[in-house]
Amino acid sequence: MRICISEDTLAIACGANQVAAALVQAAPDAEILRVSSWGMHWLEPLVEIDGIGYGPVGVEDVAAILGGSSTLAIGTIAEHPFIQKQQRLTFARAGKTRPLSLEDYQANGGWLGLNKARKLSPKAIIETVTKSGLRGRGGAGFPAGIKWKTAHDAEGAKKYIVCNADEGDSGTFADRMLMEGDPYCLIEGMAIAGLAVGAGKGYIYVRSEYPHAIAKLNAAIKASAHIFAPFAIEVRAGAGAYVCGEETSLLESLEGKRGEVRAKPPLPALEGLFGKPTVVNNVLTLAAIPYILAHGAQTYADYGMGRSHGTMPIQLAGNLKYGGLFETAFGITLGELVNEIGGGTESGKPVKAVQVGGPLGAYHPVRDFHLKFDYEAFTAVGGLIGHGGIVVFDETADMLSQAHFAMEFCAVESCGKCTPCRLGSVRGMEVLDRIRAGGRAKADQVESLPQMHNASKTGRGLDEQMTLISDLCETMKFGSLCALGGFTPYPVMSAIKHWPEDFGASTDMVKDKS
Amino acid sequence: MNKEARLSEIVAAHAAREGALLPILIDIQIAFGCVDDDTKRHVARALNLSRAEVHGVVSFYHDFKEVPAKLPVLKLCRAEACQARGSEVLADEIFAVAQGRCQIEPVYCLGLCSVGPNAMIGNDVHARLDSPALARLIESL
Repeated sequence: MRICISEDTLAIACGANQVAAALVQAAPDAEILRVSSWGMHWLEPLVEIDGIGYGPVGVEDVAAILGGSSTLAIGTIAEHPFIQKQQRLTFARAGKTRPLSLEDYQANGGWLGLNKARKLSPKAIIETVTKSGLRGRGGAGFPAGIKWKTAHDAEGAKKYIVCNADEGDSGTFADRMLMEGDPYCLIEGMAIAGLAVGAGKGYIYVRSEYPHAIAKLNAAIKASAHIFAPFAIEVRAGAGAYVCGEETSLLESLEGKRGEVRAKPPLPALEGLFGKPTVVNNVLTLAAIPYILAHGAQTYADYGMGRSHGTMPIQLAGNLKYGGLFETAFGITLGELVNEIGGGTESGKPVKAVQVGGPLGAYHPVRDFHLKFDYEAFTAVGGLIGHGGIVVFDETADMLSQAHFAMEFCAVESCGKCTPCRLGSVRGMEVLDRIRAGGRAKADQVESLPQMHNASKTGRGLDEQMTLISDLCETMKFGSLCALGGFTPYPVMSAIKHWPEDFGASTDMVKDKS
Repeated sequence: MNKEARLSEIVAAHAAREGALLPILIDIQIAFGCVDDDTKRHVARALNLSRAEVHGVVSFYHDFKEVPAKLPVLKLCRAEACQARGSEVLADEIFAVAQGRCQIEPVYCLGLCSVGPNAMIGNDVHARLDSPALARLIESL
C-alpha cells in the first residue's frame, strides 16, 4: 500500500503531521510518502492511498479510511474536476513528488530545461524566453525576456539573479507552495537565468513568515548544488517588511540596509544589487522557465489570450467553498473562478466583493464577473491581477472598513521615503474616519489657525470629504515612488465607486478620476 | 557563554557574506529575543558602521524588537483573506482569553489564505481557527 500525504505548511497547519503519525501507527507495513500539495485546500489534510483521495482527514478518520468504510473518499485525485479543469505547467508536479527527492524531480521532467539551456547560447536562451511571451508574475507583468536582455547587454564583471520570494500579498500562496513543494523547479529556473545573463550568483529573498519554505530551499540547494554549479544560490530571509516585495526595496534589504525604495531609473537590470546588473524576478516567473526551455517557446505561448501568454497559478482564497491553487491559461473569467471553480462563498451568503491582486488590488463587484483574467482586461477597469490572488468577501463585508484597512496597511508598511505614501496613507485614514462620521460640522484646531488660508473654517460635509479622498488618492497614485503608495488608491477608490452606500454617500458624490 | 561572546560568534558566522547586517540581526533577534542598544553598538563596531546606521535598519523591520516579549507571542493573521473568513470577530472574542497568557500580535498574511483564520506561534502554524480552537491553543501555551 502506498500512502501519500502533503507536507505543505497549509496541510501541516490543518493537522497533516498528526494524521501522518496516526497512519504510520495504524498501517506499519504501508509505504508512507510526504509529498507536495495538490492545491485542493478545502480537502487538506488530503490522504492519497493508491491513487484514491480522502479528505479532509482527521486523526479520528484514519481507521475508517484504512478499513475501506470512510465517507471521505473523493475518487482518483488526478481525475477530480478541480484538477481536470486546470492546465498545470508550473505546478505539473504538485501533489505527485516528494519535494526534496532529486530522484522524483528527475523522473518527472526535472533538469530538462537546464540541460537544454546548457546547449544554447545566452542569446538563444533569452530569445526563447522572449518568444514565450512570459511576463513577470510578481504583479507588474513586465516581459521577462526584455529584462533578461537588458541585464545581459549591460556591462559588468559581476551580475546577479535575485528571486523575489517576499510574497506578502494577502490571498496569495503560490510562491510558498512552489518553494515548499517543488524547490528544484525554482532552482532550475534561476540557474537558467544565470546562464542567460552571465550571472554567477543568485539570491532568493524569502519573507520571514515562511520558515518552512526557507528550510526547504536551503536543503534543496545543498542537495542539488553539484547539478547547477558553477552557479551559486543563497537564501536570504526577510524581517517582516511588506514593502521589501518591491524590487528596489528588496535589493536595499539584501544589501543589509533599510528597505527603502529606490527611484528608477537606473533600472535594476543595469544597476541593481551592489550596483551590479541584476535580474529581479518573482518565484513564479523563474519557475515557469524550465518548462519553456524544455518544451519550447511556442508551446508556452499558445496558452493564454491577447498579450497575456501562458498560464497563471491563480490563488482562490478568502470566503470560498473550494479554495486553493488553480493554474490555468489566461482568459478564464472572474465569475467562473469564483462561482464554478471556487463554488461560491463558504458562508453560503451571496458574494459582495472580490479583491483581485492582493492588498493593492481593486475590489470588484459581481457585475465585473465577466472580466477575463488577463493583465490588460483588469487594467482597463481600474484594477490589476497582481500576483494572481483572489479574495472573496460575502455580503457581511463593510467596504468602508476595507478601504480604511487599505490605508492603514499602507501606513504601517510604508517605507517612508516618499511623502504621498507616508503621509497620504495616514491622512487617508483620517478622512475615511470623518466620512464614517458623516463629515465634520466645524473646523478643527489646526484648520482654525489664521495661517491656514486654504482650510475650510466651517467644517466639511460628506460631499467635501468624498472630494478630498479622491483628490488624495489621485495624489498618491501619481506621486508615489512605488506600487505601495501608488496602488493603495485602487482598493480605496474601487470600494467608493462600487459601494457608495457603505460610505453613506450618494452616487453623485463619487468623484472617480481614475 | 556570555552575551558578548555569543554576539561575536554570530557576527563572525556572517561577516564574510555580502550584505551581512540583516542575517546578523535576524540571528541576534532569534538568540536574544530582541536587538537592544548594547547589541547595536557591538554590531556597529564589528561591521564598521555607525550606530545610527544599525539603529536605522533595526527600527525599519517589524521583526526586530527593542525588548524581549514577556509572554509567548501568538501572531494572528489580520490581512484581507483572513478578514473575509472572520478574523476580526475572532480577534475581539479571544482578547479576554489571551490576557496574561500570551501576547497577540497582528501578522499580515501567512500564505494560508484559503483556510483562515490562521495563527503562528514560533514556527508552528495553525489554520481553520474559531474561538474555541484558538482558546484551546492559547490555554496550551
